[in-house]
Parts: sequence; C-alpha cells; structure tokens
Amino acid sequence: MEERKSGWRRALAIAGSTALVLAACSSPSTTGGKSVTVIGTWGGDEQKAFLAMVAPWEASTGNKVKYTGTRDINTVLTTGVASGVLPDLAGLPGPGQMTEFAKSGALKPLDAVLDVATYKAETAPALVALGTVDSKLSGVFIKAAVKGLIWYSPKLHDYSAAPPKTWDDLKTQAAANKGNAAAIWCLRLGSGAASGWPGTDWIEDLVLRQAGPDVYNSWWSGKTKWSDPAIKTAFSTYLTDVVANIKDTTEAVDPTKDFSGGGDPLFTNPPGCELFHQASFITGLGAFKGKAAGTDYNFFPFPDVNTQFTGAVEGAGDLFGMFHDTDEAKSLMKYLVTAPAQDIWVKAGGALSANKNATSYPDDISKRSAALLANAKSFVFDASDLMPKAMNDAFWTAMLKVTKDPTSLDATLADLDKTQATAYAAP
Amino acid sequence: MTAPVVIQAPIARARSTARRWSGGRVALHLVLIILMIVWLLPTIGLLVNSLRSSADIASSGWWTALFPPTGLSLDSYSAVLSETDIAGGFINSLFITIPATIIPIFVAAFAAYAFSWMNFPGRNLLFVAVVGLLVVPLQTTFIPILKAFGQVGIAGSFLTVWLAHTGYGLPFAIFLLRNFMGALPREVFESAYIDGASPVTAFFRLALPMTIPAIAALAIFQFLFVWNDLLVALIYLGATNPENLPMTVQIANLVNSQGGGWELLGPAAFISMALPLVVFFALQRYFVRGITGGAVKG
Amino acid sequence: MDPRLGTALAVVIGVPLVLVGYIYLTEVVLRFAPDRSRARIRPWLWLLPALLFLGLFLVVPTILTILRSFQGAVDGSWVGLDNFAWFFGTPDALLALRNNLLWVVFLTVFAVGGGMIIAVLVDRVRYEQFAKSIIFVPLAISTTAAAVIWRFMLDYQSPGSPQTGTLNGILAAVGLGPISWLQVDTLALNTIFLIIVTAWMWTGFAMVILSAALKGISPELLEAARVDGATEWRVFRFIVFPLLLPTIAVVSTTIVITALKAFDIVYVMTNGNFGTDVIALRMIKESFLFGNFGHGSALAVILLLAIIPVMALNISRFRAQEAIR
Repeated sequence: MEERKSGWRRALAIAGSTALVLAACSSPSTTGGKSVTVIGTWGGDEQKAFLAMVAPWEASTGNKVKYTGTRDINTVLTTGVASGVLPDLAGLPGPGQMTEFAKSGALKPLDAVLDVATYKAETAPALVALGTVDSKLSGVFIKAAVKGLIWYSPKLHDYSAAPPKTWDDLKTQAAANKGNAAAIWCLRLGSGAASGWPGTDWIEDLVLRQAGPDVYNSWWSGKTKWSDPAIKTAFSTYLTDVVANIKDTTEAVDPTKDFSGGGDPLFTNPPGCELFHQASFITGLGAFKGKAAGTDYNFFPFPDVNTQFTGAVEGAGDLFGMFHDTDEAKSLMKYLVTAPAQDIWVKAGGALSANKNATSYPDDISKRSAALLANAKSFVFDASDLMPKAMNDAFWTAMLKVTKDPTSLDATLADLDKTQATAYAAP
Repeated sequence: MTAPVVIQAPIARARSTARRWSGGRVALHLVLIILMIVWLLPTIGLLVNSLRSSADIASSGWWTALFPPTGLSLDSYSAVLSETDIAGGFINSLFITIPATIIPIFVAAFAAYAFSWMNFPGRNLLFVAVVGLLVVPLQTTFIPILKAFGQVGIAGSFLTVWLAHTGYGLPFAIFLLRNFMGALPREVFESAYIDGASPVTAFFRLALPMTIPAIAALAIFQFLFVWNDLLVALIYLGATNPENLPMTVQIANLVNSQGGGWELLGPAAFISMALPLVVFFALQRYFVRGITGGAVKG
Repeated sequence: MDPRLGTALAVVIGVPLVLVGYIYLTEVVLRFAPDRSRARIRPWLWLLPALLFLGLFLVVPTILTILRSFQGAVDGSWVGLDNFAWFFGTPDALLALRNNLLWVVFLTVFAVGGGMIIAVLVDRVRYEQFAKSIIFVPLAISTTAAAVIWRFMLDYQSPGSPQTGTLNGILAAVGLGPISWLQVDTLALNTIFLIIVTAWMWTGFAMVILSAALKGISPELLEAARVDGATEWRVFRFIVFPLLLPTIAVVSTTIVITALKAFDIVYVMTNGNFGTDVIALRMIKESFLFGNFGHGSALAVILLLAIIPVMALNISRFRAQEAIR
C-alpha cells in the first residue's frame, strides 16, 4: 500500500520537476525585435522623461528599451562589474566610478560607436574630457546641470535688471533688499543618505571663485589639503556670510527636511528668506514646481568673489556608459547624444542638455541656465562628484557638522585631511 | 489532589465569573487599547498624509486634516496607479514571492525534523552553525552568487530569486520549525515507532500536522520578507530582465534621483501592504489552541 | 495568458512534489543500506537539500568574505590584519561599536519584551485577532515606507512655524518648543529613536511567534494551576514563562542578529550622521560605495565574530534541553 502511494508520488514528482526545470530556464521572449537593457538612477518624472526620449528610437528601429531605475546604482553596478552580469547601457554614478569601470575593461570605448567629431563639437570640452579615459571616450553626458545659481522671488525684489556682480555687492544688496523676509538665506542640507551635499556646493562655488580653477582642481584631486588657507577661507565665508544669516541652523541640517523643499520659504508671505543657492534642477522640485518661471522665481549667477577668476561656472551631469557593444546598444547610444533626443527631455523641463544644439527649453530661465553652461569661460565639474567616494562621503558629513556647529571648523578640517590621506590611495 | 479539587471547583468557577468585570479586566482592556492606539498612530499619520497634496504636507501637520477644511483627495493614489506599471509589478511580486515562500518551508521542515527527532553526532553543533548563518549580511553574497548565476546562464530569470530567497530564508526557517517540532511530546513518536511507522510516516502524519502554527507563522514571515524585498530582486533580475522586477522596485522608482515625489511613497505603501495583510489574516486561523492537542505538558 | 504563469504553477506544484518525492525516495534508498547504518545515514539525507542551499548561498560566500577580509583594496593582495587595524583606527570606530551594542540591547528588550507582553495580554480578550493585526501592520510596511512614516512623526519645523511632525505637534500643544529628534545625540537619543522605529516593526514579529507558542501550552495545565489558587502572575511566572523560554530564546536570537545587521533605517534616515553610525552601514559603504572590499569584508567578519557569544548561549541551552528530554 505504502509502496504504491510513494510510486504514484514519485512519478508525479518526476513529471513536475521536469516541467519546473524546463519552464524556469526559459526566459521571457520579447515581442519582436531586440531589446536593450538600461540601468539608471532616474525615477519618477525623470524616468518618464527618459522613456519619452527613447520612444522615437524604439519606433524607428523596432527595438525595445528595458529600463531599470534605482537609487542603489552603486551596489548594482559594483556587483555587476565584479560578477560579469551587466546591463547593456548604464547611467554611471560619477566620473570616478566610470574611470574604474573603464580601466577594468567592463566599459566599452565609444570612439567607434559615436561620431566623435560631432560629439566634441556639440559638447563642452570639459565634459568631453571627463568622459575620456586613457584617451578613449568611455562615458557621455546625457543630462547636465548648472550649480551655484542664486534664486530669488521677484516679488520681494527684482534683481533681473541689475544682478550683483561681486560677492560684496551681493551682501550689500541682499541686506538692503531684505524687506520683511525672515532671513537673507534659505539653507537646507538634508537629502536622505546624501545629506550634506547642498553645503558642498556652497564650498565648491566659493573655492572656485576665491582661489580659482587651478586650486579647485588640485583640491578635489587631493593635492591641496582641506586645512589649506584657500579652502579654509571658503568655509569661513560660508559660515560667516551664509550660515549666520539663515533662520534656523537646526532646520538646515535636520535629516527629515529634504533640500527639495529648501526654497519653499521664498514663496511664503511673508517670505522666509530672500535668496536660495541651488542648482538648475531645483525648478522641478518642491514649491518651485507649481510656480511660474520668471514671475514667481528667477535667478542670477553666482557673483565673482575674486574678479581675477571671473567667468567660472560649476556644473554637473549624468554620465552614461556602455557595457555590451551589441548593435542595438550601439545604435541607442548613438541616438542618445543627438540634439533631437536631448530636446525631448529638455522640453519636459527641469534638466539641461550637455548638447549645445538642444535648444527646446520650455522657458527663459532654463534657456539662461543652458547659456551659462555653454558659454562658460572656465567650466569645472562638481568637485565632490570627482573626489573618491570615501572623501565625498566625509565631505557631506563635514558640512553637516560645521553648519550645526561653526566652532568645530578646525577640528572638522583636520578630520577631512586625515580622510584625504588615505582616500586617494586608489589601486 | 482528589478530594480538595471537588470542594474547590465551585468556588473557582464563581471566582472566574466575578473576575470577568474586575479591575484586572478593565486594566487589561485599557492597556491593550492604549497599545493599539500608540501602534497605529504613525500609520494613521501616513494614511492621512497620503490623502493630502504635497504642499499641504509641507505646511501643516496631518492631524489638521482631520477637521474641515480637510483637503483630502485620492489624487496621490491615482497618480501611483497610473504612473507606474503597478499591475505588472504586482504580478511579478506574486511570481517571485509564492514559490520563494513554499520551497523553504518544505526544505526547512525536513531539516528541522532531522534536527529534532533524529540522533546523530554533531547535531547540536551543526544546528548552531545553521542558526549562526542568520548573521551573514546578504550583500556579501551577491557577487559570488550572481557570478555563478551568470555562468550557469539563468541570471534574470525568476529561478534565481526563488533559489536565493530559499537559501537566505533557511536559517530562520530551520531555527523556528526545529523549536516547535522539538517541543512535541516524545511519547507520540515513540508509540508510532513501536507501531512500526517509518520516520517518513511519522513526519507527514504526526510532526507536520502538529507544527501547523509554526508553519503558518513561518509562511507569514517568509512571504512578508520576500514581498517587501527590493535589493535581492534588483541585483539578480535588474541587470538583464527589468520586466521581471517586483512591485517594490516600481514603488521605489516613484521617487526621482533628487528625491522628488517622495509623497507618493505613502499611498504606494498602502497599496503594497494590502496583500501581506490578507495573507496574515488568512493564516491567523492556524494560531489556535489545541492544534497540538495540548501536547506540551512540561 | 502570461507565459510565466505556466512556470510559476509548475514551480508551486512541482517543487513540493519533488521534495516530497525525494523524501520517499530516501527511504527506498535506505533499504539498500545495512540495518544498523540506516539510522546513521538517514539524518544526512533529510538534511541534504537544506545543506546544499545553505552551502551554496550562505557558507561559500561567507568563506570568500573571510578570505577577502585579509586582502587589500585590490583583489588578491594579502595584507593580513591590516583591514581590522584600519577599522579600529578610524575616529568613530568606538562610536559605531557602542551604537551596535545599544541596538542589540534595546531592540531585543523592546521587541521581545513588548511582543511577550502583548502576546500574553491579547490571549485573554475576544478581539485577539484584531489586536494582533494592528501590532503586525508595521511589519508589513517596507523600510522605505517606514522611513516616510517616521519622517512624519519626527518632522521638525523652526520654532514659530506650525509643526508638521506628530511628536513636535504634541510638544507644541503643551507649549513646548520643537526638537529635531534625529539630531540629538546626548544619551544617544537619536540612536534610541531609530531603534524604536525598528522595534515598532519587530514587536509584531516577536508577538506572532510567541503567540503561536502560547497556544501550544495545554489549557488543562493552566486551569489546574488556577483552580489550585494560583494568581495570574504566578501562573505566568512558574508555568507559562518557563514553557515559553525556548521560543523566547529563538525570537531573541533572531532579533539580536537583526539588530547587529541593522543598517537600512539608519542609512535612509540619517546616513549615520549625528552619531548614529553602525557597523553594518560602514560595511555597505566601504564595499559598494567606496569600492574597498577589503575594508567591507573585515567589517562583515567583525559582525560574524559578534554573534559568537549568542551562539555559545544557544549551544549551552540545547545541551540543557537534551539533558531533560
């Protein structure tokens, strides 16, 4: 009796397991045409914009783009490169990681994929250089942003006619035009796991304009110490001119207060602040989103501090790279850097293109930001994005520390020096 | 204990009726009600805020929306449902979670039975080693396993997450089931063996039915952990087959890389919470007294 | 019809069948073995599927991690104990260790203690299912949502502005000023808060398991004790609690290990700032953010070492149990 029962079950088990193994090993088939897998950090509206950007390519080639968005891009790509299981294209976390991946051979060079001459003509030289490893083009910028714009509400005071040209000028004008605003500056450093980065943008802008691009470059590459007078001056200026003129330092460093709402006080009545320092992409976040460009908000570029270094602009961007050089992947990559593709995203707003010929900006504000990017006399990339990740992380933490407690400046800079000593000893 | 019981029984029964409305009972209800309110409060805050606009959320506390003008609307919910492929993600989550719950239960049950009712040298040491594996951080396993999956050629298929979740869930599953199986009365098994039953029969006819509450608890937790998992699915499926990604990934993608749109996470959480709660309710009925036949007598 | 449905059905039905079939198969195979060795071989056949899974998915990667911890940032460069020395040389190493200790102690006490109390209390009321569901709900919420929930609870607005966070709202209602809860590191208050957030979720876990164990206690035993005149407290202390001890040990061990591994909540809410850093967070950052697997693996090994006391306790508990059985 027992034997027969177990014989029955055994037969069923064998049948079931065969079906299981066969079925499980088959991967889902795509509906005609090939597919290209893409991983990026973009979610929400950015994801929508990216999918809209690739839609014409999908239509014309009959291929499908399979996009995965994740904020854990570092974990996914590090694991992918180490294990050999990678998507076709990926948004890279930054130039540092791009260099690592390129050197390890995971990233395929793009010189044969794109029309390099056109790409170089259409893109700022600094961005081209950042995507080049060992004189091979390994990464291209799909999206860009300008940092260090000073936002204000024209309703409180309209700076468009005569924006301050120097830092001292700004201080005088800001104090004079404060009106009934609660404070001069709005400041918010919170950003979840990346809290502190808005503060790093402040220091970078100040270093760039106080000490110049050369010091800026030797600083992020680890050659200038954090306790160097040039860098320390930037911190001091930040602490005395900005942090001393905000409403509430506790709020500025609070982890639950996201930077995306940092500019909201510009629009309250009475305003919570007069000026807000943020990148060009703030227009798609927080209270900015529902307001009218030009009437409700406007910006002027970060003024010079040392007129010797005028015309310097700090920017950032999203780097893209290719891991598998299949025909479809190459075709998609080629398409992504063209002006028509970039125009699609740019039209959606809140982003700038690295491509000079993408000009369908929805409003005057984005046009002006794009012009700043394109016409910069010396363009530098966001320093913290260029530093090794360990240094970057320490920088973020340091900004929170000093903003909360300005007296800890020297100790914090000393700690940063310690981190700098080991963080750059990369393989 | 014979004569005294007869005399005391009526008094005991009278005492228990009186106890029904005693101060002790009132205190009990009070404590429980306060606990439930404290526990629910954060979730209620999320629920109320999920019905408000992001501007409202930023400017006033959620409790202000309980009084008119409330400004409540289902806009965020419809945004979540329309903006993402939530339905597709839901199906993927089911595909991933159900097998990843069923397989470990079976594998762990066999192992737990061996650990509880079979004697072999090194049993305790091996068991403790298995339990010790609970501490292994999942992230340390990703690279070697993904490499292996890639070489075998199954990277991106559901098989990867089924196998991985089984492996990851086994230490706890074995730990839990062994604890309950080991507490079953020895006499039951001994009499079964005397009657000539094989260990297999004892397992299916005695051990398994009497461990149902533990299996139900295990099913609830394994389902929950796999359902809410994001990273494991992302790593094993994301690089090559994004169309297989579960709902957790789609929900996380409601937020853009700058953090914008985080208000949508609230409504998304409620949508995602529905099924695990259903599973919990469904399996709750196995937590009833008497399944083990009052077996544990100490 | 989704083609994957066939696969899923095959798995859901096929795999249990395969496994059940396997067990029956083992009995058949054992028939070929000599009588005496049957009882010796059988346990290993029953354990085989589990050992395979554990070996492939947990043991092998752990061995690789241990080996990796003795190598430098570059794969294959042996540096001995350098990575461990590095960790203890970092400025906030002791802080992270202290925080881990706080996590272990407080999470276990809150979650297991709370779960125990709630399991015992709800056992006596008619709305037990309902009450248990409410305590369980937080566990059903993913960490992403939990972070949002607690953002609403702990939110801070500058003094003078209307408060948006629940706790600060309560403070405002009684006339006190708002506090930025996650920034306060005196007495490790912010770490305690993060632990409370996690305990809020894990108490349900402890409760469900302890409740299941509670149901296994013979009602006749409890009635006999009550009839003999024992108070509820004595019934609990001398009958219920000792019988639940093994289950309490299981739940506590699991939660202690969860506390050691905790990093999600810390990462998302404070990124380890304001003195809330924990070892697991450092490990993830070193390995996947900074790309230094040598450091990361060393931190993982430190976690592995930290559970040795827990495991030793478990071994002595089993030995004691065996003696009674």
